[in-house]
Amino acid sequence: MRKITKIIILFIFLFVIGIFYISLTRDTNYNTSSLVNKDTPEFKIISFDDENYFTRDDIKKNNYTLINFWASWCAPCRVEHPILMKLSKTKNLVILGINFKDKEPQAKTFLSELGNPYDLLAKDKNGKHSVKFGIYGIPESILINKELMIIQKFVGPLSVDDYNNIIKIIK
Amino acid sequence: MKLNLLLILFIFFSKFSFAAEKTVDPNLIHKNLRCLVCQGQSISDSNSDFAQTIKLVVKDLIDEGKTEDEIYEFMSDKYGDWIVFKPQFNIQNSLLWILPYIALIFGGFFIFSFLKKRH
Repeated sequence: MRKITKIIILFIFLFVIGIFYISLTRDTNYNTSSLVNKDTPEFKIISFDDENYFTRDDIKKNNYTLINFWASWCAPCRVEHPILMKLSKTKNLVILGINFKDKEPQAKTFLSELGNPYDLLAKDKNGKHSVKFGIYGIPESILINKELMIIQKFVGPLSVDDYNNIIKIIK
Repeated sequence: MKLNLLLILFIFFSKFSFAAEKTVDPNLIHKNLRCLVCQGQSISDSNSDFAQTIKLVVKDLIDEGKTEDEIYEFMSDKYGDWIVFKPQFNIQNSLLWILPYIALIFGGFFIFSFLKKRH
């Protein structure tokens, strides 16, 4: 009986230590692991000029597509813009820009000032489409392959490392 | 007369069950969804941009006829289990759900044995 009691106490002790260890080392920040290697969700998003809609069929034609959520009011979007401009010159990659909760005149000024890296340009006026892609703040970018699988998701502004990473993938 | 009574009862209960099926409380869902850009706040407590968007999407999903569990599943699918305060039961977190019961059984057994020994 004494032995069983000791084993139970040891088990409880190890359990409590284990729970503390897991809780303290666990990354509670949002991560993108739940979306990577998943299929691109169904979407039908209106183009920036209100003339047509973009769907999954539009990105099926491309070898790789980078969906970039941006807005003129978002300061980090300005930071990543030169990277997007560089990416726009690469082959094999189509960039779909989704203007997020923005005002049209400001968005147009943003693009005329910094350049337009987008092959396709859409808008998400109320942000509902962003939820389909698991977006919680902008800028965020999603790299999709021809099979419409999400290869990578970039939270925050694209860095030089991200640029190199994308180039390596799409080569 | 009996037929009429049966008919009234049928209409009453079918209406009642229909209403019960349709009621999905958005506030309850907002309370069980975590605001990912806030410090320990639920979607219900937060006025952030993210919370506003999630509220719109929850409303749309309810209008589409999705159940409460389907909405949690949709959100977990997009943002991971972290977005739901009360996670769904699955293989990854099964231990979390089962362990309290195991601890209760072991604890009960331990107390029972201890008291038996004392007597």
